[in-house]
Amino acid sequence: MSLVFPTKSLEAFPKHLSPGYKSTVKRSPSKPLILMPHTLSELTGPVYGHDAVQEGDNDLTKQCAGEPLGERIIVHGQVLDEDKRPVPDTLVEIWQANACGRYVHLVDQHPAPLDPNFTGAGRTVTDKNGYYKFITVKPGAYPWGNHHNAWRPNHIHFSVFGHSFLSRLVTQMYFPGDYLFPFDPIFNSVTDEKARLRMVSTFDLDSTIPDWALAFRFDIVLRGREATPLDNDEH
Amino acid sequence: MSEIITPSQTVGPFFAYGLTPKGRAKWDPNGTYRWKETVGDNLITPDATGQKIRIQGQVIDGDGKPINDCMLEIWQADSQGRYASPQDTRARPNTQFKGFGRSATDKDGVYNFDTVKPGSVPGPGGKPQAPHIVVCIYSRGMLRQVYTRLYFADEASNAADPILALVPEDRRGTLIAHKTGVHDGVTGYRFDIRVQGANETVFFEV
Repeated sequence: MSLVFPTKSLEAFPKHLSPGYKSTVKRSPSKPLILMPHTLSELTGPVYGHDAVQEGDNDLTKQCAGEPLGERIIVHGQVLDEDKRPVPDTLVEIWQANACGRYVHLVDQHPAPLDPNFTGAGRTVTDKNGYYKFITVKPGAYPWGNHHNAWRPNHIHFSVFGHSFLSRLVTQMYFPGDYLFPFDPIFNSVTDEKARLRMVSTFDLDSTIPDWALAFRFDIVLRGREATPLDNDEH
Repeated sequence: MSEIITPSQTVGPFFAYGLTPKGRAKWDPNGTYRWKETVGDNLITPDATGQKIRIQGQVIDGDGKPINDCMLEIWQADSQGRYASPQDTRARPNTQFKGFGRSATDKDGVYNFDTVKPGSVPGPGGKPQAPHIVVCIYSRGMLRQVYTRLYFADEASNAADPILALVPEDRRGTLIAHKTGVHDGVTGYRFDIRVQGANETVFFEV
């Protein structure tokens, strides 16, 4: 396979400095980034296939003695490249807060209960058609210190690899119609509306399981498109 | 027409239990969390050939304070300059060596990797590149990862490296790891990363 990675596609990304999200102010480069050609070091990338995951790693409701509290949900979708071609056999990792909005991390001490039956980490590998699936509970919203009365919308953190180190993506999946969207500087750091909507899953009635779980679909489009002799103009 | 790609979002402050559960960060003081690590900070496999090295450094923000909730990922060739990736089709006898690692910073903003020194890899127009490691940094307060490169101070080939040549001379030093000594056959290198401000590390637009 030969892929190209147009840098123009990165216009969908937030800027490094996004002052509404205060922590970016001291953690973003202040000097211009240096443009460089993609060499073998950038065009290659690590491969973590099916041997990297164990049976059940994608079911966050079965990792403890009992079942976690909260709305059980299925989160699934396809990992694609910029030409909408599936990215097979690639590692997808997630982590999230529990149904009350609390993470199992020492630094999260906000007054919401931990759930002894929920740790909130999962991983899986896409199948030959680029599909992945997780079973989990819907994460709660939680307060954070960015500004007065700041709350993060419900979200699940995603980490995806793809074909090369340039397609590596860490992002967050949001839920449709979240009333906290207008107030969240992290979500709104993506200034293009169409790009922002890429991060919002869709409610997927057809994939719900009656009497058991609701379903949300989240397709992920990674950098990289097929290289063809006639199509090297970075559109 | 390309599809709009999925935008990046910050890794946030709580990634450790998902991505670096066994790392340096003491996010789980009682050590009760049981989640097998996929990618760690030790890249050395039994079949890895070449010079064993330990890279350590501190990640610093624009106020000069250590970033204690940061994740670094490294991607490198093996000691012969070959990548463990389908896009590198050259024969590779050390098939276990993946060349990829993750380290979370600790309370002092310090990370470390145990690996082998990479060989020279082909560059643009067939010109060789000096041995280097691609370094990616993710953190709370970073909405997207930043890419930099680590080169080795003791490599004469740095002078002819086509990527270092793109960097203004007075900033090249930020990409150079310095030897700190040899302990038990492992060569130590120091590579600090200043995300912003005076002596800011060079980051690349890739």
